[in-house]
Amino acid sequence: MREAVLRLRYRFWPDHLLGEILSKRWTETAIPVIVLLLVAIAFSQVIPGFLSPNSLADTARQAAEVGFVVLGMALVIVVGGIDLSVGSMFALTDFCALFCLDVLNLPVPAVAVITVVFGAMLGAVNGFLIGYLRLRAFITTLITLIIYRSAYDLLLFDYSNTIAAAFPDDALWDFMGGGGVFGIPSVALLYAAVAIFGHIFMTRLRPGWHITAIGGSRRSAYNSGIAVRGTIARCYAASGALTAVGALFFAARLGTVGGDVGVGLEVTVLTAAVLGGISLGGGRGSVTRALVGTLIVLLITNGLTTLSVKGGVNRMVLAGILLVAATIDIRWLKNRTRIIAKVYVSPTYHDMPPLPGPRVGDGTRFAQNDRLKDVTLIGLGRIEAPEDVILDRHDNLYAGSRHGDIIRFFPPDYEKMEIYAHIGGQPLGMAFDRNDNLYVCIGGMGLYRITPDRKVEKATDETNRSFSSVNDDSRLRLADDLDITDDGRIFFSEATVRYEMHEWPVDGLEARGNGRIICYDPATNTTRTVLRGLKFPNGICVSRNGQSILFAETWGCCVKRYWFDGPKKGRVEMVMNNLPGFPDNINLSSDGNYWLALVGMRSPALDLAWRMPGFRRRMAKRVPLDEWLFPNINTGCVIKFNEAGEVLDTYWDMAGVNHPMITSMREHRGYLYLGGIMNNRIGRLKLEGADPAFVQYDYRWGKKP
Amino acid sequence: MKTVRLTQQGIVFTIFILLFAGFAVFLPGFFTADNMLTLLQNVAVLGILGLAMALVVIGRGIDLSLIAVLAVPTGLLLQLVQDGDSFSHALLMAALLTFAFGLFNGWLIAYAEVPSIFATLATGLFLAGLGQTALFKLDVVQWSPGLAGFEKLGQGALFGIPMPIVMFAGACLVVAAFLRRTRYGAFIYAIGDNPFAARASGLPTRPLIVLQYVLASLIGLMAGLVLAASVNSMPTRIYNSTMIYDVILVVVLGGIGLAGGRGGVLNVVIGTLLIGTMLNGMTILDMSYSAQNLVKGVVLLAAVITDSFLNPRNEETAQQGDI
Repeated sequence: MREAVLRLRYRFWPDHLLGEILSKRWTETAIPVIVLLLVAIAFSQVIPGFLSPNSLADTARQAAEVGFVVLGMALVIVVGGIDLSVGSMFALTDFCALFCLDVLNLPVPAVAVITVVFGAMLGAVNGFLIGYLRLRAFITTLITLIIYRSAYDLLLFDYSNTIAAAFPDDALWDFMGGGGVFGIPSVALLYAAVAIFGHIFMTRLRPGWHITAIGGSRRSAYNSGIAVRGTIARCYAASGALTAVGALFFAARLGTVGGDVGVGLEVTVLTAAVLGGISLGGGRGSVTRALVGTLIVLLITNGLTTLSVKGGVNRMVLAGILLVAATIDIRWLKNRTRIIAKVYVSPTYHDMPPLPGPRVGDGTRFAQNDRLKDVTLIGLGRIEAPEDVILDRHDNLYAGSRHGDIIRFFPPDYEKMEIYAHIGGQPLGMAFDRNDNLYVCIGGMGLYRITPDRKVEKATDETNRSFSSVNDDSRLRLADDLDITDDGRIFFSEATVRYEMHEWPVDGLEARGNGRIICYDPATNTTRTVLRGLKFPNGICVSRNGQSILFAETWGCCVKRYWFDGPKKGRVEMVMNNLPGFPDNINLSSDGNYWLALVGMRSPALDLAWRMPGFRRRMAKRVPLDEWLFPNINTGCVIKFNEAGEVLDTYWDMAGVNHPMITSMREHRGYLYLGGIMNNRIGRLKLEGADPAFVQYDYRWGKKP
Repeated sequence: MKTVRLTQQGIVFTIFILLFAGFAVFLPGFFTADNMLTLLQNVAVLGILGLAMALVVIGRGIDLSLIAVLAVPTGLLLQLVQDGDSFSHALLMAALLTFAFGLFNGWLIAYAEVPSIFATLATGLFLAGLGQTALFKLDVVQWSPGLAGFEKLGQGALFGIPMPIVMFAGACLVVAAFLRRTRYGAFIYAIGDNPFAARASGLPTRPLIVLQYVLASLIGLMAGLVLAASVNSMPTRIYNSTMIYDVILVVVLGGIGLAGGRGGVLNVVIGTLLIGTMLNGMTILDMSYSAQNLVKGVVLLAAVITDSFLNPRNEETAQQGDI
């Protein structure tokens, strides 16, 4: 009963999604958006008409004004600084606009240009001090805050009456202050345009990348030749200019200068930026986040004002939000990778039937023997990690190596070797096609092809992205083994889409069907995923009927058949279930059957742990990685089975000293060649009674001598 | 060969002497007994706050919430006595509030790792808002008869020396002894010099940082008590003023580098004297409040620029996220 509940819970509850969602960058934007929605809903419940079109247009007008300032602040924070002087700059530029209009009587376009240039100059002062003189941003802008504010107060004293008395009559000015298109305020339209440009600038243009790079690591940016000082200075100037734009519209809307213009604006703006998810310290931020943060803060302050709370409450709420948001942001940034690493591994329920234990002389086909004890060794100590081995019709032996090479050994004694081709990633399964191209699965890279004249070509490294997957599964992470059908299509397995190659034991710990089988068609150069949700699909072999492939699922401990053609097209059948070990590569044998390597034998401990996902999750969370359960890969064997899935023969090595660890085997002219991914040698065994003329891919392509 | 080293405190002290002499000669009403008393009283509060700030700055932090700490707990004390509470109980409440606030600041900075300048900006705002909303009935908390005797702290004298000066001197001695004679003082210098090295060598850096902010808050409360006793009320709107910049001026001008690990109480005294003289002189000159701020801002800017040349930072030594 408990097991049944457990099975259902792990079958239908997608544990793995949490880690995948958290590791996405967009979660950092999604959380503020959710907060925004909550705030909007909460206030619309409390305050009637809070979300009416009129009220929204009003909010949009204010939001856009403040939004410009937030954009400037965001830019400065992303470059790794902070600008506290925005409030005072806002006041000064507001004054500048009204002074130009009311006292100097300049036309509105000139007023706009002068104001923005003036704002940029005020910002440039900060930029010069912080960028070129390398002062601390916080303290410097704090000082310019006082200086600008004092200057504003002094100017205000002289001109406030003149400005208050003036009533500018200008259509453009009125349009800026109160007009709009289809009910959308003019300032919001301009904000939208600037925001779209800002987004493109930050994500698509070189200067934007430089800004993010400097914020991310000023030292690295400097060492890689980015003009750090100039870029920082320009960011502060841009902050001043953007503040001036906001102030210009503010001036057009209200037309007055007062003592409290822009007082405390820096706190509002800073709260908006931090709340939106723009990290203090730099390098992380976007226009969307600035926008969302602005909206949240404005909804809250407007809502509180409508509820007519005391001024102090507003202040407390803002400061409180600022602290909470900053703390969460800082803690999240610091612990992000650790949190994701903890929740990413999500073991699931995996029930295996009782272990059919192979024993010495137990009478089953798996009975242990010592037939592999005396295999002759090839390339001992000269090759590393030959996951698969293959031979051509001239008896040359090819094997992958961990250094990213395909090594070729020469007959007859296989003493001489050379690097046949360098690919750069770990070669796994290999197969020859009809034209003697060698196709190789490269872990972490994809499917590659080596032409007979040794040219390395990429066949494919991506497939169609599945809609239900949160992780981007279009890239191939761990292409494992392949085989080629009569019409030239290549079926290859990808063992897991959730882990990198070196993390394969973790995938075993998870025991979820993370793998898939993919078909690459060289004729059309297309790649499609054909089967998903397989438990570490590994060896692949086109069966003798030419209409199906046999594939091994390592953690499923089974071999299955997939019909890609014929009357049963699209169906998957079980061929061998409940194997005593973890199946790896499958290849043809000369007597019409199949070879299968068992990379390791199952153990009762792991079988039990597979039925206890909670236990494995606790292990993944609390125990260091090198203490985790590890599937046994110390003892394995080679078995021969027929089309019906009956085991015909078994080859063991009881001591496991001469040739430990087998991931692959290939029959060739009466010999069996053995590869192992953790091995530094290739094994060679004389087979009794095998066809001395058998060359797998000549036989396969009908080129019998 | 002996070379004459120009230290910042030497320069500042010389400037102070010149400024003082200049004001004394050219400014009528500056060098009078009355004015000297006012100057020293104003300077005393500023100096005590400067000690609090120095303690934090030496440990490579900054505390922008000092003015809120000066205003709000003291205001609470006056308000509670006004509402009929006993003085000792009210004082206890004020001290508890200050202590809790210092702990919270320290926790945010040491454990939540929010940059100090940012954390204290927000907490100061929060505390000021709290006072405005929940604690006080009026912006200026008035004196009440229950406080009789307390005003001696601001207006009395000991051996002819006004009490604020005595308080400042006492605070100087205590802080100097703490910084120079106790191991915790040495630890704070170590943290300011290189927090990572301090941590790697086994110092309990986090509790020590909390200690710094708690001490700074308590010293801030003391400044508030002296201020309230001097003026017979607590004008809580002082929070909106630019007094915090005066405090930073005192510390930076006195020669305590913002990079931490340098300076001591003597620097605070020198900085206090200079700023006190400057502010007093400007007040006598009848400069407007804004003009005074402008001058202060420019002087502070000059001080910070000088500081950056004396304690240079570049792309290699700057800490990431150090804003």
